[in-house]
Amino acid sequence: MQHMSTGERVLRGILIALALIFFLFPIFWIVLMSFQTNAQILRIPPSLFFSPTLENYTSLITGQLKTASGVLTLNFMQNLFNSFILSTASVALSLVLAVPAAYAFARYKFRFSEDIAFTLLSFKFAPPLLVLLPLTIYFQKIGLANTYFGLIWVYQLITLPLILWIVRGYFEDISPDIEHAYRIAGHSWAKTFFKISIPLARPGIAAAALLSFIFAWNNFVFALVLASADKQPVTVGALAFVTASGIQYGQIAAAAVISITPTLALALFAQRYLVEGLSLGAVKG
Amino acid sequence: MTASVRLDSVNKIYAAKAKNPIYAVRDFTIHIEPGEIVALLGSSGCGKTSTLRMIAGFEEVSKGAISIGGREIHKLPPAKRGVAMAFEGYSLYPPLTLRQNIAFALKSEKLGSAETNRRVEEIAGLLELTRHLDRYPSTVSAGQQQRASLGRALVRKADIYLLDEPMGQLEPQLRAVLRGRLKRYLREHGLTAILVTHDQTEANALADRIAVMEGGVLQQFASPADLKEKPANLFVGTFIGEPPMNVYRVEPQIFNGRISLRARGEELFGYEPGTIDDAVVSLLERRNALVVGVRPADVAVSPLNGARGATAKVVSNQWIGDQTHLESAFGDGVIVATLDNRFAARAGEALAVDVPADKLHLFAEDGTALAHGRSLASGGAH
Repeated sequence: MQHMSTGERVLRGILIALALIFFLFPIFWIVLMSFQTNAQILRIPPSLFFSPTLENYTSLITGQLKTASGVLTLNFMQNLFNSFILSTASVALSLVLAVPAAYAFARYKFRFSEDIAFTLLSFKFAPPLLVLLPLTIYFQKIGLANTYFGLIWVYQLITLPLILWIVRGYFEDISPDIEHAYRIAGHSWAKTFFKISIPLARPGIAAAALLSFIFAWNNFVFALVLASADKQPVTVGALAFVTASGIQYGQIAAAAVISITPTLALALFAQRYLVEGLSLGAVKG
Repeated sequence: MTASVRLDSVNKIYAAKAKNPIYAVRDFTIHIEPGEIVALLGSSGCGKTSTLRMIAGFEEVSKGAISIGGREIHKLPPAKRGVAMAFEGYSLYPPLTLRQNIAFALKSEKLGSAETNRRVEEIAGLLELTRHLDRYPSTVSAGQQQRASLGRALVRKADIYLLDEPMGQLEPQLRAVLRGRLKRYLREHGLTAILVTHDQTEANALADRIAVMEGGVLQQFASPADLKEKPANLFVGTFIGEPPMNVYRVEPQIFNGRISLRARGEELFGYEPGTIDDAVVSLLERRNALVVGVRPADVAVSPLNGARGATAKVVSNQWIGDQTHLESAFGDGVIVATLDNRFAARAGEALAVDVPADKLHLFAEDGTALAHGRSLASGGAH
C-alpha cells in the first residue's frame, strides 16, 4: 500500500464515513421506524429518542392490524412464505435449466447458438408491463393465474437469463483441456460435467443464484398482476398497509425489516462462500 | 500395455459444407510400431495438434480411420480409447495440489492409496517434482506445472501416450536432463508415445521417427537421420536443420564430362568428371533447371589463394560459443557455412567456397527430392 500522509488519512476516513451514512441511513431510519407508533413517526420535528414498541411486529406476526377505524386482518406471514416459495423455487428451476444450457453455450458452437443466447438475454430488456397484459389473459384462460406454478414460470423471465449469462462466462473461463484431462482418464462426459465443470464454476453459480434470488424476491409487478391475496409475495402484500385510515408507516417499516432479512442473510453467507471461492471439495480424492 | 497406432487417410476438415472447406489435416497416414516414440513436428498451424487431438478424441475425425492396437477407436469417446495425454496448457485442476493432481489421474484405476502414492512418488522423482508435490498449481512456476501435467499423463497405464509440447516451458538445462529421463522411462516400460513439438532438438532427441507436417499434409515420416540426410522434398530439407539449408535454383551444364551448376550464367558449383555418380549425372542431363540444397555444415570454406571453389564475399562472421556461423554473398544470394572452430575472416573478405559432390541435395523445381549425394532419392528418379 502506498504511503499516505495524516491529512490524506483523515480525509479518507471522513469520505468513507460520509458514504456509509449516505447509504446506510435510510436502512437505519427504517429500523428505528419499525419500533415506533405511527404518531411517533409522524411528529414534527422527528426525534431519535422514543420509547420503543414491538406492536408493529406483533401485529404483523399475528395478522391483526389495529387502525383508527378498527382491526384489519393482514396476510403478512403468508406473503413472506409466498416470497420464500416463489423465489426459492424460481431460482432452483432456473439453476436446473440454465446451468447445463450455459455450459452448452460456452462449449459448443451450434447453429443459432448466439441468437438463442441473445434472445434469452433480451427477455431482460423487455418492459414487464408489455408482457404482462397478454400473459394475464393467457394465464386466466389456461388456469395458471394465481398459482405458484404459473408465477414460478413467469419468474423464469427474471432468473433464467441472469443465471445463464453469468454462469456461461464462468464456464468459458475454464480451460476445456481441464475437462479433457479428466475425460481421457476414463470418465464419461456427464461425470466430467458434474465432477469438474460444475465445481469449478461454483463461485459463479453461487453468485448468479444469489443475484437472481434477490431479483426474484424484489419483484413486484408480475406478482401484482398475476397473483391475488393468498399467493402474493411481501412486495405486493405491503400495499395492504395503505389503509382507508392512513398509511401504517410503523408496520411498513417492520415489514421491510423482516423482508430484507432473508436476502441480507443470504448475501452475507454467500459472500463468505464466494471468497472461499475455488474449492473443489466434491472431487478431492 | 503397449500398442501400435495406425492413422489411415485421416482428414480434419472445417466448414466441410462451405465453398472453401479448410483442411487442417489432409490424408494423413502413419503406422506406429508398439513401443515406438514418434514426434509430430511442424510450425504452428501445421495440423500436428489437431492430429493429436483426433487421436485423443477431442476433435472428430472428418474422414479416415484411427486404430490403436488393432482396435478402431476414432468413434469412441476419449475415456474408452486407452490413451493418456499431457496438455500444452497443463490444464491442472486448480484446487488440487500437484500430488493430488497426479494421483487424480489414477482414480479410475481404483488402486490402493499405498500403490497410488508409490506411483506418484516414482513419477515425481523422475520429473524432479518431489519437493513441490504439496503445492498448488497457482503457486508454482509454469515449468513445474508443465512437469506435473506430464506426470499426470505418465502415471497412468495407457496403450499410448500423447504429449503436446511436453517441455516447452522448461528451462534449457532441465529440458536436456528431462528429455533423457523421459526417453529412458518410455523405453524401459516399452511405451508407445506420440509427441507434438515445434522444437527440432526435442524431436531428434526423443523420437525414433519424426513426422514432418506442413499445411496439414505429412511431408515425410522418417528417422531423424534420414530426415537430415534424405529429405523427401525441399520443405523438409529447409525445415530440418539449423541454420537452414542453403538453396539455389541452378541450370546444370555438362561439358566434356565436367558438370557446372550455374545460376544466371555464373558457376556456383563445379565438378570434374568422375566425381558425381553416373546415375546422378544422367539425371542432370535430363533437366534444364533444378534446385540444389547445401547444408551449412557441408560447406567447405578456405582462403582464396588458389583453392578450388567459387568465390564468396564474407557478410558476417559470428562465433556462437561452439560454432562459427559464416555468412557470405554468393551468386545472387548468400551462403551460410558452419565451422567447428573459430575462423578468421572479416566482412568484405573474399573466400573460396566448395561443396563436395556427395553432399549435394538435388530437388526438382516442384520441390521433390531427386538425389542426395551419391544416391538417387526414392521416387525422384523419374
